[in-house]
Amino acid sequence: MAALDNPDAGEMQVKEGVDQETVDAVREVGGKYKYGWSTDIEMEYAPKGLSTDIVRLISEKNEEPEWMLEWRLAAYERWLQKKEPKWAMVDYPEIDFQDQYYYARPKSMEVKPKSLDEVDPKLLETYKKLGIPLKEQMILAGVEGAEELGDEPRKVAVDAVFDSVSVGTTFQDELKKAGVIFCSISEAIQEHPELVKKYLGTVVPVSDNYYATLNSAVFSDGSFVYVPPGVRCPMELSTYFRINAENTGQFERTLIIADKGSYVSYLEGCTAPQRDIAQLHAAVVEIIVEEDAEVKYSTVQNWYPGDENGKGGIYNFVTKRADCRGDRAKVMWTQVETGSAVTWKYPSCILRGDDSQGEFYSIAIANNMQQADTGTKMVHLGKRTKSRIVSKGISAGKAQNTYRGLVSMHPKAKEGRNYTQCDSLLIGDKCGAHTVPYIEVRNNSSRVEHEATTSKVDDDQLFYCRSRGMDEEEAVALVVNGFCKDVLQALPMEFAMEAQQLVAISLEGSVG
Amino acid sequence: MAEAALKQSATEARLAGLEMPQGGWSEAARRDALARVTAMGLPERRDEYWKYTRPDTLVQADPVPAALFDRSDEAPLFDSIDRLNIVFVDGVFDAEASDDLALAGVSIERLAEASADIHWARDLYGVLETNGQKPVERPLAALNTAFAPDGVLIHVTGKAEKPVNLTYRHQSETSDAMLHHVIRVDAGAEITVLENGPAAARFNKVMEVDIADTGAFHHVRAQGRDHERRAATHIFARLGAESIFKSFTLTANGVLTRNECILELTGDDAIAHVAGACVGDGDFHHDDTVFITHDAVNCESRQVFKKVLRNGATGVFQGKILVQPGAQKTDGYQISQSLLLDEDSQFLAKPELEIYADDVACSHGSTSGAIDEEALFYLRSRGVPEGPATDLLTLAFLAEAVEEIENEALRDEINARLSGWLERHRS
Repeated sequence: MAALDNPDAGEMQVKEGVDQETVDAVREVGGKYKYGWSTDIEMEYAPKGLSTDIVRLISEKNEEPEWMLEWRLAAYERWLQKKEPKWAMVDYPEIDFQDQYYYARPKSMEVKPKSLDEVDPKLLETYKKLGIPLKEQMILAGVEGAEELGDEPRKVAVDAVFDSVSVGTTFQDELKKAGVIFCSISEAIQEHPELVKKYLGTVVPVSDNYYATLNSAVFSDGSFVYVPPGVRCPMELSTYFRINAENTGQFERTLIIADKGSYVSYLEGCTAPQRDIAQLHAAVVEIIVEEDAEVKYSTVQNWYPGDENGKGGIYNFVTKRADCRGDRAKVMWTQVETGSAVTWKYPSCILRGDDSQGEFYSIAIANNMQQADTGTKMVHLGKRTKSRIVSKGISAGKAQNTYRGLVSMHPKAKEGRNYTQCDSLLIGDKCGAHTVPYIEVRNNSSRVEHEATTSKVDDDQLFYCRSRGMDEEEAVALVVNGFCKDVLQALPMEFAMEAQQLVAISLEGSVG
Repeated sequence: MAEAALKQSATEARLAGLEMPQGGWSEAARRDALARVTAMGLPERRDEYWKYTRPDTLVQADPVPAALFDRSDEAPLFDSIDRLNIVFVDGVFDAEASDDLALAGVSIERLAEASADIHWARDLYGVLETNGQKPVERPLAALNTAFAPDGVLIHVTGKAEKPVNLTYRHQSETSDAMLHHVIRVDAGAEITVLENGPAAARFNKVMEVDIADTGAFHHVRAQGRDHERRAATHIFARLGAESIFKSFTLTANGVLTRNECILELTGDDAIAHVAGACVGDGDFHHDDTVFITHDAVNCESRQVFKKVLRNGATGVFQGKILVQPGAQKTDGYQISQSLLLDEDSQFLAKPELEIYADDVACSHGSTSGAIDEEALFYLRSRGVPEGPATDLLTLAFLAEAVEEIENEALRDEINARLSGWLERHRS
């Protein structure tokens, strides 16, 4: 199944004028879904289905204190009363919440490894194969010539989450020196309960929405970041989520706290094996940004999207929200959404502090039978708050791609400013592109501008590329990359490279 | 569950006070509409389609009384236009005030009098309204189809000699009026329909317009100044190939106005323009809801909505362009803008695109903000006092919508109305 042994890739015709590097690059990213393989590893499951017993079991497995269990149980009670939301423009068969595993961990993780050296080599191998080095001396793969950038290679600390558990977190010692706490959330609940207690559920309340409530009840692991006042996090932090087990939902919970005047850049990546049965992923990410702090959160979402006929794939129901609590706080969401069969995701900013800023850059690509309903919410509460939304949606095959967003200017958000640009590109006449923005302006000193366009790949641009010897797919990929440029530029370099390649793969087979 | 029950009882309470006209060609359509409105229930606050406008006063059994307005400082609208006048007072036809209904190129009848069993309007009455109930339900329109006692049936067979003007007078503080108009424009035929006046304390109006290939329908409407009136209006139009539909609405005041316009472009090369200018002061709430479906090749649609709001007035815009599979070469444009003249006013917008064809150019834009201080400073530095300078900039802001009116004389009338309003409402 892996792309590298895809027989088709070897027969690629090399055209004149195309250098070997390009051919290799295309071969490298070729194939249907690069991360569709699975790791054969002995797993330990909680019984199928959802009940208070399962919630207790998850809490117990994570060796959680009593207050955490109470919190989960309360969330579970709330969830039972909630109805699944139906307003998104996505259509999928009824999810049987009792036909899922809510907890799965590799047997070898039963006793928590004290360091990465003790981690099951099979797991390390998995991440190596995904291009995520869990060895500290290595820099993140995919960045050629990174060494030349400076005296020291760029370091990226990684928290690797495999199904329901965190496998390990790199560079913990070095981060500790700077005062930064970066660990799995289960570890944080034990080691830093005061911080978790203070912040968990304060941005995304337990009963916020159906999936967030479900997550609050059954979240298994995820990452925790605390950056103390005035600290600029010395390296990029990253979490890599991998769903491996079959019929298992992944419910990760991420909590990021940037205290006064601090800065952190956080990257998130995700993949899953290719399976016929759809799998559920319902995550919650909460970010707290205090006075003068800045958080950059970048995601490359590449869950298995299902096959051309819409079989399998991940149902991705995610709640992500940042709360700019202090004045001049700043948050930036950047997302490249290429995977998942169904995406339901609206990373949002609550701009509470005066002069705080929120930005949202998004590329959402839906091909074949994929359905994406994604966007953002910018809630302006403080004075002179600013937000900017740049969303690029691309639909191909029979996919449906929807931008859904809210810009709200509260009466007290004097002199607020918002600029929204959402563009959609359609490739082929079987797909759909939709825009559903909500604009609520409740004072007159704010300025709100919203623009949206929908168009197809420009024929003149395609013709130009083809006349230079590119085949149609390459030409489309180039035009699409140009279309996405504004967003790609906002990504950290490691992700920009990956994202550019992803744009090309995701559209494969969409032309002609 | 409780919500559904509440909705049902509210609907029952409203229906209990209404009487359905009996007999004639429209009876089947009325019964069908009653069944539909009973099934869907009247709108309530939690309905997504009523997110920004509270429907309760439009739905409740009795209308909220609305004080009559002294119109002595304003000349009747469209007086400079040669037109055929049809007058309704609180929803009741006024034969005295109306002209003879004969007009070259057009046959006009009243709904209440068209009692023959076979009538051309039977193929349209409630039919376009029913089509327009998908994908979004519009229960107030179905209610109208079931119960509207009167309206006009206009069959345009050639080029209408002059515009048909419907004047809606408001004379009773507690009137609750319902009118249902059906207009059929034959191939190559052309008509201009004018509407003006506050109509009633509460007004529910439906206009169904069927435009055959190459037909043209022009519509200019001014909703009255009576500040306490409430209105829910619907236009349902079906456009044939190479046909033209152009509608402009001026709304000045009114405590609650919801204007829905539902257009379906079913023939190739059709053109549809919908525009609106509204000026509101105080507890004014104005909602433009537009739904345009492109279901043919090479059609053009244009929505231009401008709102000037002050002293806590609220402007709402919900606009959607739906491009069906195969509706290639669609050109869809939509702009909604608001000018907020003070701190308390608000603008709520939901401009939507839903597109299933790839060779299209669709765009929407929406902006909201205060008056441009620099432009104001420029005018003042040229000796224009602040009041007139603000008016001038406001009129310039509204111009893009007003310019959608093709006829110059009509445009001048509307502009004069706007200037008068601005002058009266200067702070």
